[in-house]
Amino acid sequence: MSKRLISGADQVLENVLENVLIFLTSRRDRNAVSLVCKSWCRAEAHTRSDLFIGNCYAVAPRRVTDRFKRLRSVYLKGKPRFADFSLMPADWGAHFTPWVYVMAGAYRALEKISLKRMLVTDDDLAVIAKSFKGFKELVLVCCEGFGARGLGVIATECRNLRVLELNEDEVLEDEFDWISCFPSDCTTSLESLCFDCLESPVNFEALEKLVARSPLLKKLRLNRHVSIQQLYRLTSLAPQLTDLGTGAFGLQDIIDPQQPAYQEPDHGHTFAACKSIVCLSGFRDLAHEYLPAIFPICANLTSLNLSYAHVDAQQLKSVIRHCHKLRIFWTLDSICDEGLQAVANACTDLRELRVFPTDPSENAEGPVSETGLLAVSLGCRKLQSILYFCQQMTNAAVIAMSNNCPDLEVFRLCIIGRYRPDWVTGQPMDEGFGAIVKNCKKLTRLAVSGLLTDRAFSYIGQYGKLVRTLSVAFAADGDTGLKYVLEGCTNLQKLEIRDSPFGDSGLQSGLHHFYNMRFVWLSSCRVTKQGCLEVARRLPKLVVEVFRRDEEDGGERGDFVNTLYMYRSLDGPRADAPQFVKIL
Amino acid sequence: MDQTRSTLDLFNNVDLTTELRLGLPGSDGKPENVKSSLSGNKRTSSEMGSSSCTDENESRYSPPTKEQVVGWPPVRSYRKNILQVKKTESEMGSGMYVKVSMDGAPYLRKLDLKMYQSYEELIKGLQVMFKCVIGLYSEREGYNGSQHVPTYEDKDGDWMLVGDVPWEMFISSCKRLRIMKSCEARGLGEFV
Repeated sequence: MSKRLISGADQVLENVLENVLIFLTSRRDRNAVSLVCKSWCRAEAHTRSDLFIGNCYAVAPRRVTDRFKRLRSVYLKGKPRFADFSLMPADWGAHFTPWVYVMAGAYRALEKISLKRMLVTDDDLAVIAKSFKGFKELVLVCCEGFGARGLGVIATECRNLRVLELNEDEVLEDEFDWISCFPSDCTTSLESLCFDCLESPVNFEALEKLVARSPLLKKLRLNRHVSIQQLYRLTSLAPQLTDLGTGAFGLQDIIDPQQPAYQEPDHGHTFAACKSIVCLSGFRDLAHEYLPAIFPICANLTSLNLSYAHVDAQQLKSVIRHCHKLRIFWTLDSICDEGLQAVANACTDLRELRVFPTDPSENAEGPVSETGLLAVSLGCRKLQSILYFCQQMTNAAVIAMSNNCPDLEVFRLCIIGRYRPDWVTGQPMDEGFGAIVKNCKKLTRLAVSGLLTDRAFSYIGQYGKLVRTLSVAFAADGDTGLKYVLEGCTNLQKLEIRDSPFGDSGLQSGLHHFYNMRFVWLSSCRVTKQGCLEVARRLPKLVVEVFRRDEEDGGERGDFVNTLYMYRSLDGPRADAPQFVKIL
Repeated sequence: MDQTRSTLDLFNNVDLTTELRLGLPGSDGKPENVKSSLSGNKRTSSEMGSSSCTDENESRYSPPTKEQVVGWPPVRSYRKNILQVKKTESEMGSGMYVKVSMDGAPYLRKLDLKMYQSYEELIKGLQVMFKCVIGLYSEREGYNGSQHVPTYEDKDGDWMLVGDVPWEMFISSCKRLRIMKSCEARGLGEFV
């Protein structure tokens, strides 16, 4: 490639372009812009401040720093979602370390780092803390490998820290008092502090002092070691909170050496002071008699997460009837169909619903069923996203939802009993899911379950034109299903399939599309090593990884591959693949 | 559509060019058994159970077991852990948690009375929890001789000495526990 001097006029044009592109924030728009020509690509690279990398192995860190010179914010995603369900070996990869060192050298002005499903060490956190002087926001979602020590370094060094969010991370329990590391001599810039996933107790005295000197704090999510008494002390110090994770919301050990006898806290007043709370979560060890304490703020809530609390229908009703503005609701199925009916009655503006199982075993009594789903579909017409775990379902209820909730973008139905048909008709669940893809024209994410035949997949391929993410588990029919999906779903980005009899010929039918995808995951299916080799041969820029979930797996599967995980990469196969991962 | 059409018809009409295997490919040697789709169906299990097997000509359907499949259902592990705790609690009949305080101690605890079968065990448990010595109960003298005396508040709101009533009656009426200093508990012993 010969270097070409940019003429004066061209340079002016590029500068003008840059001034326009600064306003472009959508990454899809930016990607389109960068494809116009080299000049536009350069201008776009100069003006991009927020970078999103959906698969950390799709590109090497150095390529990123070569292209983008002025990043303020980076969002990196590592392992695929099925890693959350123990389907991936522990040391598979997704290390943040190479990234942090390269970025430390290139981006002095980096302010924000968000990581999802990556391996982050205390050292990595120390590098962040020491390299980026104006560092403001750290968000770690489903990450692991670090402990409180790393958090302590961040707290100590990052004087401009605004956001520190730990979301469903596995934090090493090293009993280090990181809360005390925040500078104690001045007010902080903290706007968000979330550590609800932390398993070990934090120093409450230090936390209280920290909250007291953080006037900008809007979002605070406490872990289960913070008792309700302690919570009340914090909320009275921070009445400006808009997002609260309540910690235990129950009685645990309280430290009150001045008072030998136990005193009930003043429930009525404490939450009444927090007029601004719109998002409520926590309840990690709920004492039900305290639930009425939240009544004063229910009317303002747009988001409520009760999914860590065993709340029954009656208890829920007392709460939910106040929550007219609710848009997001996460719950356990302990509320039963009756509770879901109450939700449908009260929350007409609901956009997102998640119902998690209290008992994840397959023969359990299911407290929620098609009745609850139907009720929600009738009451919450604006529903956009649903995740629903149940033991039994009918096509009729799913079809009804497809008709009643045309705005659905995310439909994830998990019938816990594998291969379960419609229990009323005995039919497979094909028609239900078919109706969803057909009637919900905005659908971008779909997870299927229950007894399914090729017909379901032919519907998905035929109507699911906007579907970007598809999750399949224990689907019962043959290869053609995969073919329908890969040939029909033109926008498919992420495909995760487990325990379904899809094989090599199904896999081959996606060769034209794999380069457009973020990843394909096939585990415990019927793909052979030859089939995978063929794909690797035909698509050289695809990294084709083959591995077993568990190194000690006995029992050969013959020619079948245990797990196939493949993704495109600009920089070839990764160098950090462990021994048991074979890259074809 | 004929309502009585059974799942059996489904298999007759679908072209099973590939061998249909509902069993999990034996990936790790563990006996991960898969429920047949039909036995999972509440309505038709009795009529479906055997005929499907003969259709397939091989007994691919293992009897359903309680053994969990790895990563199924797709619930994140730490959520499962929390649910596990709650499940155990509900299996135990939601436990019988009462608050326990001890005079002079900074901590208030919760205790599940169902974990204990007798006063002896309860006292032992309290001693361990609060690192104190309570000693033995005698009907005549209560807990004479020990620094700490266990008392409880019953359904009527009265404070009673632990050990006075039969165990069964105690656990059904106890609302909370308080370990008092023996000097303050003097009056209670007299209500025996």
